[in-house]
Amino acid sequence: MSALNLKKGATSHSAYDLRDPHLEHRETHTLAVLVDNEAGVLARVIGLFAGRGYNIDSLTVAEVDHEGHLSRITVVTRGTPAVIEQIKAQLGRLVPVHKVNDLTVEGPSVERELSLFKVAGTGDKRVEALRLADIFRANVVDSTLESFVFEITGTPEKIDAFADLMRPLGLIDVARTGVAALSRGT
Amino acid sequence: MVVEALKDQGVEVVFGYPGGAVLPIYDEVFQQNDIRHILVRHEQGAVHMAEGYARSTGKPGVVLVTSGPGATNAVTGLTDALMDSIPLVVLTGQVPTFMIGTDGFQEADTVGITRPCTKHNWLVKETDALASTLHQAFHVATSGRPGPVLIDIPKDVQFANGTYVPPNAAKVSHYQPKVKGDAAAVEALVELMEKAQRPIFYTGGGVINSGPEASALLRKLAAATGFPVTSTLMGLGAYPASGKNWIGMLGMHGLYEANLAMHGCDLMINVGARFDDRITGRIADFSPKSKKAHIDIDPSSINKVIHVDVPIVGDVGNVLADVLKLWEARGSKVNKAGLAKWWGQIEQWKLKKCLNYNNSSKVIKPQYALERLEALTKDRDRYITTEVGQHQMWAAQYLTFEDPNRWMTSGGLGTMGYGLPASIGVQVAHPDALVINVAGEASWLMNMQEMGTAVQFRAPVKQFILNNERLGMVRQWQQLLHGERYSQSWSEALPDFVKLAEAFGCKGIRCQDPKDLDDAIMEMLDYDGPVIFDCLVEKHENCYPMIPSGKPHNEMLLGDAGVEDAIGAKGAVLV
Ligand SMILES: Cc1ncc(C[n+]2csc(CCOP(=O)(O)OP(=O)(O)O)c2C)c(N)n1
Ligand SMILES: [Mg+2]
Repeated sequence: MSALNLKKGATSHSAYDLRDPHLEHRETHTLAVLVDNEAGVLARVIGLFAGRGYNIDSLTVAEVDHEGHLSRITVVTRGTPAVIEQIKAQLGRLVPVHKVNDLTVEGPSVERELSLFKVAGTGDKRVEALRLADIFRANVVDSTLESFVFEITGTPEKIDAFADLMRPLGLIDVARTGVAALSRGT
Repeated sequence: MVVEALKDQGVEVVFGYPGGAVLPIYDEVFQQNDIRHILVRHEQGAVHMAEGYARSTGKPGVVLVTSGPGATNAVTGLTDALMDSIPLVVLTGQVPTFMIGTDGFQEADTVGITRPCTKHNWLVKETDALASTLHQAFHVATSGRPGPVLIDIPKDVQFANGTYVPPNAAKVSHYQPKVKGDAAAVEALVELMEKAQRPIFYTGGGVINSGPEASALLRKLAAATGFPVTSTLMGLGAYPASGKNWIGMLGMHGLYEANLAMHGCDLMINVGARFDDRITGRIADFSPKSKKAHIDIDPSSINKVIHVDVPIVGDVGNVLADVLKLWEARGSKVNKAGLAKWWGQIEQWKLKKCLNYNNSSKVIKPQYALERLEALTKDRDRYITTEVGQHQMWAAQYLTFEDPNRWMTSGGLGTMGYGLPASIGVQVAHPDALVINVAGEASWLMNMQEMGTAVQFRAPVKQFILNNERLGMVRQWQQLLHGERYSQSWSEALPDFVKLAEAFGCKGIRCQDPKDLDDAIMEMLDYDGPVIFDCLVEKHENCYPMIPSGKPHNEMLLGDAGVEDAIGAKGAVLV
């Protein structure tokens, strides 16, 4: 798939987009899953989604508690309310899973994603790219005479918007981390 | 160390098959006498034996096989156990840690292959972690919703010396499923029970998995409330077939009265069942007028298929005790008038006598064979296993079960080849009991090599083969759904089962005349050793009642009349 087609979330090109034949009302939820940081745990989670035909829009994972051997998987998924409930229940019964939090329903939360954009161009396009990057508070982390690499952090929507603007200006590559999310307050 | 851990977990029997990658463990097995090893003929057989052992005892079954082909041969059994929630601990050998990933001889990515067909699995890379992983494995297999677990042990880990920790010193697992039901939900259920006019207990394998106490409580609750009880294939025996409130098995080949009661009830109390598609038929028309409560230890079973009004997550035995206590404390109230009318209706449905069939004096009808088997064995200490097909459904319909753990069948996966090894596993656990595998000839051939195991270990299992020389269930579907085009559903070139028995060194009996049947069955029962009974039955008998796929409960086929066009094109795509 060409990078220029990248939009937030799975499209019909994605292996994980097994469209719901009923086309019922579908919601996007961000789930935070606390797991034992043991071999194969990510495969287990991904296998669950693939095996049962659930969507993964984005997924991030990293160790968050070295002493406790715990990792946090943040997964953005879509489905009807019943499917979302099933996904949570299915995750919850995996043996290495400690906790499943649905950040979308459990009060306000913040979501951030980091991404890198490579934009190639000269002349006006190059100037315009730099100007827009400034407006979006994107940093230049690499530059050559013909290209920039921008680093931008924000909500997935903000990054989508930035991608839309960069596309006509010579966007040639994108790397996105996927969403990291936390609930607000204590 | 492995054998020590098994001993400490109370393991008495291991079903297994050796190979290069498990030789160190086999060496340990050789040098001790506490744990019995049953040498199988194929690793699939080992897993089904362990399933039979587990289901008939309530204890986890243990399997030991080698890497690569040993492990892959175990996959069907693991999947079967996962679908039917059977606790198993399967140990596989693996190439040494330093060879993992090199495509070494008999290397397979066992944890990768078995990840979706186990409840959990582990690859143990350090000897020091071995003992605690083994203990953890038993904990996971047996707590919450039971299931199979697998531990993959590289050969160098088996050889190395590590520190052993006994079960009580092993790290406590954070995996502690909730067993106690929510009090508010229990109260909501009791309130519904007090008012219900047309209640029904829809019980499943969860009652049996929960233990004998759960079955006892179900009986108490049914007797106290007077509510009718039906059960899934997996739950047979939790409530006795002779019980006053028993209305028979439900589902695709369930009884007319049971399915209509499910369709017409106003309160459905699901106790440890999972709204499987064999039970629900067309979802949109499933029991349209009822409030539904669901008791299940697995939260993911709730609202998976059918939306329920009162979900209760907890262990069946635990929750039933709470329900009974609260219902009694609130005055043991039921809607007497409603209930009397409801039973009147059920009695009406029973008059259909849906299990009636046209008997014959010339050929043995499979139903008749099972009726005679039932009559001649029901007062014995009897365990039944089955293969998969028509014979399995007839066995469920015509045999009766008074107690839990006496009926072993492959429900969720429908694995042909399950019954023979399972019967051996049961017999190993209950050496003095009568263990019968009700089989179809085609299924039986799938794991017939295990007859050697039965003979070697003197397991006097009785293989009661209802031989219709057909893949009967397939033939039935082709008749009903595929214009009578019987594609590949003949059992051609069958062996002579009597000679086969002789070749294995056991007894063979053939019967084809209804007049000889009783004597032949008695001969089988009286023989002190394994028997292969070749019961030649009517070849084209269909199994009824039948709810065709995609139809609701109240559109049941009761006999050969009017089956044409019974199943629409939409139903035909369903399995
Ligand atoms: C391993 C496996 N393969 C295929 C099937 C599909 N299948 C279900 S029943 C059946 C026929 C079984 O024939 P038999 O054992 O003779 O029993 P009958 O129906 O004739 O009583 C088949 C092929 C299955 N359930 N399991
Ligand atoms: Mg057959």
